[in-house]
Amino acid sequence: MNKSFLMRNPSTLWFLLGLSLFTIVVTILSDAGLGVMSTSFVKTLGKTLCLCLIAVAMDVVWGYCGILSLGHFAFFGIGGYAVGMWLMYARTEGIVLDSLATQTIPPTAQEVTDAIGNQIFGVVGSSEFPMIWAFSDSLFLQLLMVVLVPGLLALVFGWLAFRSRVTGVYLSILTQAMTLALSLYLFQNDSGLRGNNGLSGLQNIPGFENTPQSTISLAFFYASASAVALGYVLFAWVTSGKMGSVIKAIRDNESRVRFLGYHVESYKLFVFTITAVVAAIAGALYYPQAGIINPAEIAPIASIYLAVWVAIGGRGRLYGAVIGAAFVSLLSSWFTGGGAPAIPLGFYTIQWTDWWLVLLGLSFVAVTLYAPKGIGGLFDYLVRKPS
Amino acid sequence: MPRVLILLALLLGFSPAAQAQELQTLLQPHAQEVAKPGRRTVGTVLDDLASSGIPQVATFLEEWQDKSVWQSPEGLFFIADEDGDNLILTDIDSGVETTAPSDGFTQLKPNGGVRRVIGTALVQFQLMDPDLNRRTTAVASIARRPEASQLAPLLGSIDGEEDPTLKARKIQLANFLSASFAEEPTDRIAAISSLSTDVSVEARAVLNQILTTRPALAEELPTDVNVARVLNPGEDMSLDAAYELLVADDLAAPRTDADTIKAALASNIINGRVGDVPVAQLGTTANRNRAYAQLAHSGTVPPLVTDTDRDAALAKFTFFEIYDEADTAITDAATTALASVETRVAVGQSADLALDALSLASIYFLAAIGLAITFGVMGVINMAHGEFIMMGAYTGYVVQLFIPSYTASIIIALPLAFAVTFAAGVAMERLVIRHLYHRPLETLLATFGISIALQQLAKNIFGTQARPLTSPAWLDGAWVFNDVVQISYIRIAIFVLAVIFLFLILFVLKRTRLGLEVRAVTQNPGMAASMGINPDRINMLTFGLGSGIAGIAGVAIGLYAKVTSEMGADYIVQSFMTVVVGGVGNVWGTLAGASLIGFLQKGIEWLNPSNTLAAQTYMILFIILFIQFRPKGIVALKGRAAAD
Amino acid sequence: MKFNKSLSASIFAGLLASTSMVAAQDCAEPIKVGVLHSLSGSMAISETTLKDAMLMLVEQQNAAGGLLGCEIEAVVVDPASDWPLFAEKARELLTVSEVDVIFGNWTSVSRKSVLPVIEELNGLLFYPVQYEGEESSRNVFYTGAAPNQQAIPATDYFLEELGVEKFALLGTDYVYPRTTNNILEAYLIDNGIAEEDIFVNYTPFGHSDWATIVADVVALGEDGKQVGVISTINGDANIGFYKELAAAGVSADDIPVVAFSVGEEELSGLDTSNLVGHLAAWNYFQSAESDANTDFIAAWKAFAGEDRVTNDPMEAHYIGFNMWVNAVEAAGTTDVDAVRDAMYGQEFPNLTGGTAVMLPNHHLAKPVLIGEIQADGQFDIISQTSEVPGDAWTDFLPESAVLKSDWQELGCGMYNVETESCVQLTSNY
Repeated sequence: MNKSFLMRNPSTLWFLLGLSLFTIVVTILSDAGLGVMSTSFVKTLGKTLCLCLIAVAMDVVWGYCGILSLGHFAFFGIGGYAVGMWLMYARTEGIVLDSLATQTIPPTAQEVTDAIGNQIFGVVGSSEFPMIWAFSDSLFLQLLMVVLVPGLLALVFGWLAFRSRVTGVYLSILTQAMTLALSLYLFQNDSGLRGNNGLSGLQNIPGFENTPQSTISLAFFYASASAVALGYVLFAWVTSGKMGSVIKAIRDNESRVRFLGYHVESYKLFVFTITAVVAAIAGALYYPQAGIINPAEIAPIASIYLAVWVAIGGRGRLYGAVIGAAFVSLLSSWFTGGGAPAIPLGFYTIQWTDWWLVLLGLSFVAVTLYAPKGIGGLFDYLVRKPS
Repeated sequence: MPRVLILLALLLGFSPAAQAQELQTLLQPHAQEVAKPGRRTVGTVLDDLASSGIPQVATFLEEWQDKSVWQSPEGLFFIADEDGDNLILTDIDSGVETTAPSDGFTQLKPNGGVRRVIGTALVQFQLMDPDLNRRTTAVASIARRPEASQLAPLLGSIDGEEDPTLKARKIQLANFLSASFAEEPTDRIAAISSLSTDVSVEARAVLNQILTTRPALAEELPTDVNVARVLNPGEDMSLDAAYELLVADDLAAPRTDADTIKAALASNIINGRVGDVPVAQLGTTANRNRAYAQLAHSGTVPPLVTDTDRDAALAKFTFFEIYDEADTAITDAATTALASVETRVAVGQSADLALDALSLASIYFLAAIGLAITFGVMGVINMAHGEFIMMGAYTGYVVQLFIPSYTASIIIALPLAFAVTFAAGVAMERLVIRHLYHRPLETLLATFGISIALQQLAKNIFGTQARPLTSPAWLDGAWVFNDVVQISYIRIAIFVLAVIFLFLILFVLKRTRLGLEVRAVTQNPGMAASMGINPDRINMLTFGLGSGIAGIAGVAIGLYAKVTSEMGADYIVQSFMTVVVGGVGNVWGTLAGASLIGFLQKGIEWLNPSNTLAAQTYMILFIILFIQFRPKGIVALKGRAAAD
Repeated sequence: MKFNKSLSASIFAGLLASTSMVAAQDCAEPIKVGVLHSLSGSMAISETTLKDAMLMLVEQQNAAGGLLGCEIEAVVVDPASDWPLFAEKARELLTVSEVDVIFGNWTSVSRKSVLPVIEELNGLLFYPVQYEGEESSRNVFYTGAAPNQQAIPATDYFLEELGVEKFALLGTDYVYPRTTNNILEAYLIDNGIAEEDIFVNYTPFGHSDWATIVADVVALGEDGKQVGVISTINGDANIGFYKELAAAGVSADDIPVVAFSVGEEELSGLDTSNLVGHLAAWNYFQSAESDANTDFIAAWKAFAGEDRVTNDPMEAHYIGFNMWVNAVEAAGTTDVDAVRDAMYGQEFPNLTGGTAVMLPNHHLAKPVLIGEIQADGQFDIISQTSEVPGDAWTDFLPESAVLKSDWQELGCGMYNVETESCVQLTSNY
């Protein structure tokens, strides 16, 4: 079944081939091979892959199903927080146990918990473990949370919204409000997730303290690449066949699909929830590479940028999302990192750190107006030309 | 100190004619204290000065308080004015002016606490002064540090007071002082009773000061003290806190906490065991307590105080609070007066909260009303709306750069901000939105692109730092009903502006040709066009109108808060929610939405005053839920107009 | 995929080019100093100034003959106020540009972000901003104020000199105000202020609706006690706060406000005529009178422009950079471990007079200044203490009172003096 599905979707095969090639090239260039690619660049590429994954999810929910969600970065963040909690807890537990072992009297379980709490929350002036950290000692449970929390949130939110027939821009504003509420909530110290400081030191993986970051970053790069591959295939499958047709039909005319007897809400809810879960998985892979997660990451602007990537890459085609996310985010870091040369105009010098956002904003308007298919549209042009 | 003595000797030696009654001579023994005064220590100097009877003391104290006294390298004090590198020195005794280079001179800078003490010392000189300002300062000084000795002079000065405002203030203040310091209890009680209608912070302070208590405990409730109330451990105070009081009075053995137990165990390890418990097993509380009990049993450590022991000890004692004021009649009168005041304060606070909520609602309304037109009436979603607010605010800032008069600049800035954002709105409509009328999601994204571009552009032009936009002097200050209920004039102005715009928009939409055409185009562009209305022109004008109002809102918001490139982003989500909650397509709906959000936010803040962020979070959550259950908003349109 | 690969290739070319650009002097390559301050984003306004200050200091040192006979080269990167990007850029500085030392960061969260990277790669960071303490890293020298060098003396001033009996601790909701207020609460309770006389409030970044909070503060005076406000309100939000204070007619004589995050820069955003007499506590004010300060201000204005002001973190960088230069000269190498050993006990004159000393806990001993706001937006210094040694772990919270940092003797930044053991060698982040 799977094989025939891939055969019917040659673009998916091409994508997987390209991704494997890319992975091999990176491996050769990295410290594991020739050593010309720095660890920080491997991390950047790994993170970019995670962004590609959430962009693909965004493309499915927006480009295919027509729901402009401005809340998917919230799910991304929840995934990061869920995995970050375990990383922080386990790393601190190791340190605390080592330190307490030097005492004459063995510590009680309560003392160990208190010491860990003090280490983690001392930074924000507290030492109590909040309820929300109840499962943080178990990697398995926290990984389950990566999937369950965003999944349930999306399910409840989506059910309420779709049931009330909140559609179009209203839904966008509602999802944006949800993101804002979540980020404001996390900004509070009382939320128990260290407020504005967020969770940090996530690049140190407990149990691998002595493994160099070059190896860890490569491992995460592979994991991200595999996740992108799996996610891509999953969504290619979701958007093809009969279900794909229904989803696209909902985008084009929701009422008509409903009159044809389809239960539109269920389809939308399915797409909304599954993309939320994939976004969370992307986040869970992203933040151990970034090293720190804090509420600013979840600010509504991030979700809007996500829409920008997908729009520039090309909506309604999965590879478009990947191209958009990779292209814009790498270009963005190149411009803001001072990599782009300044342009002297004689009377004024254009510093790209200052002008990049202006350029991005305007090019975004241009893409919306003149090239609604985005960069992906170029492929259509190339493919059609010979015929 | 030796240096001062030498100086003193020099002074006496070289000027034998100098009399003991000269201020400079009087100051010199205190030179160090005068140069670096402290709040607690400066009193001795002031007492000496005040009792000396030298006429120049009052001037000297005023100048000292004003940071205008300088000390010469030789240690002498002068009143001085800076004039470039030179100082114009005025002798503190003779008033003779000389000029000297400022090198070596140090300016005396008494801190705020010292200045307040000096102010109190100045009261006796200023209270009867012919200058109204001086008398007002003196009265303010009394209010800041009320003392028993001030009562008589204050009462004495009331009759001769000519200024009615100050006289009323003096009477009020004399009343406060009588309540605390009058000799006769009946006078005090009369003064206290008269405070029962005064909600000012000062009156409450007087009453609360009379009613200060201290905790105490005894085996039997004593009858010879003025008991405020009896405390029940476990209800009015925690059991542990009550036990702490016993321990503090050496009436009970201290409780053994976990750390003490652990330390005791660690220092009593014998052959790898504490008692009969091996050290390796001490990792649980039960085992630790068992080992500690064994140590206590053998007498090595004090016995463990259990909860039962604690409760037994507590049962033997009564805990209570006693008033510092011994006279029951006075405390009774104060309690009655305070109860009456507090009822009034509670009413006042509710009114104040309502005013704040109204003010917040009017700010939200002003920020959202432009959006109510573009989004509500035209159905165009404009994410750059916040940036139009920002453009308006920066317009105000730029106008103030060129026009120094704040009043004139505001009068010019308001229409100019409208013009600038009107033009920007029209340009945006012509260039972008016109092409996207049937693709609302894409309008959202394109206008968002414009929003980030404009925001960054503002940063490039004006920098990321907040820019000043100063309100004219007649908008400074607050309308004060009493100490509890007050609101700043700038907020009243915003409220008035919001009301004006509400009616203006209603008028334009309902009573003018333009409004008719706007509504026609909104309802059916094709039909409107066939009736001779130009939909393009109408759309352009409507959009411009909405944007222009955002510009004016920007000036208002900049006046009361700040002008930064990100100020628009702070309001955009709230503004959209205001419009959506209120009900799209209806100005009254926007008003309802803004009121709901404003009052809700203030209400939640009141429930949890220490965390404003939580109020915002819960407010947004409430709105999300509200929209889920009432998707069309508070004021829902009915019929065909309600269709998407 | 085409775009992606070609792009990464071009980035690579860029990175390689920058490392191979080496100016040959009499030594093999210049000594590199990394400057890790945001040049874009929300923190740019504060941090760009520090970047410029670093460039000026490097230029001055080069004019004075460089260091160990080599030219010093400043490697400037832009972490764009994005906290994860700080970690990325720090790694790039240490592994790709191979800098010998980094001067950077402003916010605590950005420092926490780079800590693991700096510790993993054994780098050296000079952090110039006042912060909340409760941290000690082997690889960081804290040249800004710890709480006992700013918050505690200011609170003492309130208690002693202004006779404040009731406190309102107002802050922006993030780690610095949270931790500082926690420490202050414990300190005030130790000093006999009852818990119910301490009012704590947190507001979000950029908060503008201050009417209710100001009214609450005024109402605190209802029991006749002197009320004082300790403000850890950050950035833009101060403007609305001070405007509302002025509108409510709260004068410094009635309710004094002392701020820890308001300097000359912040005051330029508002009209200070109604705020005269309110206070700020720092280790440095531009109005400090000393020859070194006059020279520094003159050099700064010549370098950056006539209308620029100097501030406290700039002085911290000035002291930090000069101490590092002296330590490198004493050690004869830029090797991190050798320089760190040479840093202890380094002395350098403060711009406010007196001498700063680097302590074994990686903090400085510096004087504390309290200034009153004047109508022209500058501060009038009314109180200056002698040098106060910075304390990494506060003495006023029970958990950290037992902790001590001493990298010179004990080789540990988190040493528990009760159990006499080192809790951990890496720092808590």
